[in-house]
Amino acid sequence: MNDMTLLERGVQTDDIKISARNVEVFYGDTHAIKNVNVEIQDKTVTAFIGPSGCGKSTFLRCINRMNDTIDICRVKGDILLDGEDIYDPKVDPVQLRAKVGMVFQKPNPFPKSIYDNVAYGPKIHGLARNKAELDEIVERALRRGAIWDEVKDRLHSPGTGLSGGQQQRLCIARAVATEPEVLLMDEPCSALDPIATAQVEELIDELRQDYSVVIVTHSMQQAARVSQKTAFFHLGTLVEYGATDRIFTSPEDPRTESYITGRIG
Amino acid sequence: MSDATSGGAVPAAGSRRHGSILQLDARTKKRNAKEARFRAYGLGAIIIGLVFLVTLLTAIVSNGVGAFQQTFIEVPVYLDPQKLDKTGNRDAAEMAKVSTFGYTPLIQQGLLDLVDREGIDAPFEKAGDMKALISASAAAKVRDYVLANPDALGETRGFELLASSRVDGYLKGRVTQESVERDRNISAEHLQLADALREIGAIRKGFNSEFIFGADASESRAEQAGIGVAILGSFFMMLVVLAFSLPIGVAASIYLEEFAPKNRLTDLIEVNISNLAAVPSIVFGILGLAVFIEFAHLPQSAPLVGGLVLTLMTLPTIIISTRASLKAVPPSIRDAALGIGASKMQSVFHHVLPLAAPGILTGTIIGLAQALGETAPLLLIGMVGYIATNYPDGISSGFLDPNSAMPAQIYEWAKRADPAYYERAWGGIIILLVFLLTMNIIAIILRRRFERRW
Amino acid sequence: MPVSWIMIILFALAVLGYVLGRRRALASAGGDMRNLHSLPSYYGSHVALFAVAPAVALLAIWLVVQPMVISSSVARSFPDGAISEGSSLSLVMSDVKRVADGLNVAVERGALSAEEAGSVSAGATNIRERLGSVGVALGSDVDSSVLDAAQKYRAYASTGHLIMTLAVLGLALTGFIYGMAQMRAEFRARNIVEHAVKALLVFAASIAVLTTVGIIFSLIFNTIEFFKLYPARDFFFGLTWAPSFGGGSELGMLPLLWGTLYISLIALAVAVPIGLFAAIYLSEYASPKMRAIAKPLLEVLAGIPTIVYGLFALLTVGPLLVSIFGREGLNWMQAGTAVMTAGLVMGVMLIPFVSSLSDDIINAVPQTMRDGSLGLGATHSETVRQVVLPAALPGIVGAILLAASRAIGETMIVVLGAGAAARLSLNPFDAMTTVTAKIVSQLTGDADFASPEALVAFALGMTLFVITLGLNIIALFIVRKYREQYE
Repeated sequence: MNDMTLLERGVQTDDIKISARNVEVFYGDTHAIKNVNVEIQDKTVTAFIGPSGCGKSTFLRCINRMNDTIDICRVKGDILLDGEDIYDPKVDPVQLRAKVGMVFQKPNPFPKSIYDNVAYGPKIHGLARNKAELDEIVERALRRGAIWDEVKDRLHSPGTGLSGGQQQRLCIARAVATEPEVLLMDEPCSALDPIATAQVEELIDELRQDYSVVIVTHSMQQAARVSQKTAFFHLGTLVEYGATDRIFTSPEDPRTESYITGRIG
Repeated sequence: MSDATSGGAVPAAGSRRHGSILQLDARTKKRNAKEARFRAYGLGAIIIGLVFLVTLLTAIVSNGVGAFQQTFIEVPVYLDPQKLDKTGNRDAAEMAKVSTFGYTPLIQQGLLDLVDREGIDAPFEKAGDMKALISASAAAKVRDYVLANPDALGETRGFELLASSRVDGYLKGRVTQESVERDRNISAEHLQLADALREIGAIRKGFNSEFIFGADASESRAEQAGIGVAILGSFFMMLVVLAFSLPIGVAASIYLEEFAPKNRLTDLIEVNISNLAAVPSIVFGILGLAVFIEFAHLPQSAPLVGGLVLTLMTLPTIIISTRASLKAVPPSIRDAALGIGASKMQSVFHHVLPLAAPGILTGTIIGLAQALGETAPLLLIGMVGYIATNYPDGISSGFLDPNSAMPAQIYEWAKRADPAYYERAWGGIIILLVFLLTMNIIAIILRRRFERRW
Repeated sequence: MPVSWIMIILFALAVLGYVLGRRRALASAGGDMRNLHSLPSYYGSHVALFAVAPAVALLAIWLVVQPMVISSSVARSFPDGAISEGSSLSLVMSDVKRVADGLNVAVERGALSAEEAGSVSAGATNIRERLGSVGVALGSDVDSSVLDAAQKYRAYASTGHLIMTLAVLGLALTGFIYGMAQMRAEFRARNIVEHAVKALLVFAASIAVLTTVGIIFSLIFNTIEFFKLYPARDFFFGLTWAPSFGGGSELGMLPLLWGTLYISLIALAVAVPIGLFAAIYLSEYASPKMRAIAKPLLEVLAGIPTIVYGLFALLTVGPLLVSIFGREGLNWMQAGTAVMTAGLVMGVMLIPFVSSLSDDIINAVPQTMRDGSLGLGATHSETVRQVVLPAALPGIVGAILLAASRAIGETMIVVLGAGAAARLSLNPFDAMTTVTAKIVSQLTGDADFASPEALVAFALGMTLFVITLGLNIIALFIVRKYREQYE
């Protein structure tokens, strides 16, 4: 049983990494997120589940202020990262995003070589003083992305030439190369086949040792397999949040139960 | 907590190297400054572009607006029957034998008398000295008047005559007393006289309708030249372009968009059209010269030939925009028509084409506007260098007789040596741009009004 | 019978065919439209089509072919000795045609009777004078052999015309009867008519191809003529451009090509940075409102006719540059017309061209690409410079190539702004001239159309066509490949 083995590797900590208080998000006149309160722990995989359009991806994008790039989007409430408000006017989203990395739904390698894809983040953040250090960072990131063995002989061929699963692991390697503390993943496996999905899921579980991982998924099985905590969103509100086993075995809210048993979704 | 930017050492994975997000580190500050610079470059580029636009428009308006004003001289002319009708029996045919040369001295004398009567102190004694002030076209005007009104002979009549282009330029500030020092046509004394005449109201500036409606004049009579005949030439050319390019363009687009099978021939036609759209316009002029004039022996300088050349040139534009509007009609419309048993042809002509009509019309107007402003091909088929002094007699001569076109006329004026013509050229541009603006506004209104979102 | 009359008869026949065909089809269906295969109007159109289409086609072909056939048969009967030294058959034939046309005009105006025109001989009457009296000017006195040939030409032409009239009208009538004979209720008139309409559509679509063919043929034939008179090697590699209409011209293309490329280079140096940065700002930074205002305003620059830019170069920019770089300033510049003048103004013209194309291309870069970079903590400009632009690079290169082809083919700005002297110089403040400017000056002069000085324009046109076509094809190919990548 895959999910059992994953759970056994538990590294439980109770540090609160991110805490959201009364978060409201508006797209123009649409009220997309309503009064969400959630505390996300460090070195834990937290899954956001819920039917499509429930606001889980929107909320995820608030955590590293990717919503800033959308003109009509407004965010109210506080999101604290290590106790610091990320919507404080003094915060530069650029600096924040170095701390909170993101992996997207569709693998989106840049039209550059595999090496340059991974080296991009360290270069813009000035993490390496010379070529040797950069090589080292790239190699380590690719190893963490569990893709090193597949690409080490063709680091300078284009990243777009990889298969879908490899591209997504490359994107994960690209995200970890900047040494973030939090990794946000927006349905990272929705564009992948089952084998690639399994590889990425395994990788997510390994990443938990060093990062706080937040993953949005529409697959309950996936949430059950990879996460320790699960948050269920419905129509823009956070319905239920708790340990993954509990959510899936004894949900408190009837809406959660309907979703898990497949009656809504 | 190590700071990556100052420390530089690569921290072990998972170590907390980030500082507080509430404090901007030095590197981020630097990167943000770079960001601001980049943004400023972009904004700067747009501003430069707009400054060019404003400069261009200012140059056009400030230089060209003068062409719509012209200086006139009010001269009382004694219509001497001794000179104008030697036989004395007021016979029209007899009087017509007196050429404009017979009238010129009378006009000059009239002006000289006026100067004396008003007590203006001027160092001129001969009537011929007045030549520099009055346009050479004045005699023809007086002659036309006399031939139309033979009874006026023997009387003194006031005529509002065109001033010479130098005097006109003096009133508009283009010519100064210093600049005429080496001018053989006029002297500084003449300009002083012009000032005096202006004070008594004999010389004044007025609206120049002749510039808009009149014909071109010879090189030495800038004050008389107008763009009216060239406007008509452009008009006939546009009729030809419309008559050919609209049906052919629409038919070609319908075929390519609705019927063409996916094969080599269709590909060839498509590649051809996109390449033709980028062929330099002068090449179309060469085509027109070689095929229409040298091979088919169509008349040179004729609006018909100009129109044909411009048709070939605009056709790709019209085909491209027509295809876009056909493509915008959703397939469901076609399916609906086919579903009730209409043939493909009927579905296209009864349903798709009417729905695409506003878009086609808009594209056609824009294509026409492009054709209206095009000059280079017209140079090669002889629409330049021809002095368009007469309005065409009728419809067929409008198409077949040599004529000019607005942009060709502007080019012709720009090439002439007399700076008075530059003002005309700028003025011509104002008129051309007014036409283009009108066409584009019509196209925009059409698009706004009929645009349909599916 | 003049052609216009034939056309009127054909038109009348078409109308008659429409009415009768429709009536007959309805009659065959017992007057009930529902028994017909197609709508009644299709039956009418079918008859009209058969009456007119073949006849018009025959007429068109005949009108093109007849003069060629007659010319060659008259030319064949021309005695060899009659062609004088220094002349050629084609020159003599054009004389023959002019005389024949002149005789026609004379008959039309009543200066000659039809018989007189047919029988008049060179000795008996002074043809030149008599034709001159009706406004037909002949260059020299008419040779008797030319006059004979002209008369033969007229005789053939009138016989040909008579046969043509009969053949065309006969064909129209046959088509009419054939069409009428098919008018039965079950006849599928609509299918036939629609086929004809489709043929018409195909013809319209192929006009684009015909235009290209026309361009290529008119360029190639005259270029070959030119290379018969002037060695191709000297044209392509000659360093001097000095046409003289008296003969002995040096027609080397290189100075013109250099002028063209130099001016285009300056134009691109102005247009590419400004256009590209404007496009980046508009697509990445500008608010929707600013975009809605600035984009159309910039595009106004593209809608202004080139003659306006030409005048702007000649009368505004030129004098301005002279006041800075001329004798009173840095003394680098002799006159207002210069490479720099034309290049700057052309650059302004090309700004919207580069910016619109680049804007489209930058917008085609998927948003996920930007998200990926921003998500890593890159600033917006880092994202643009290191991710968006490299991704858009092929498309932008295509856009620049299209702009270059525009610049190379531009005529009015260089005719007015660049000067007329062909020279190979590096000073951008010198006057130079371009391929397009010389095409204009060689073809608008008074040169004989058959002289090398005029024909060289076609060789220049050919060069221009090949260069711009090459650039366009490469550019369109790159842009298309680029689009496919993100579709």
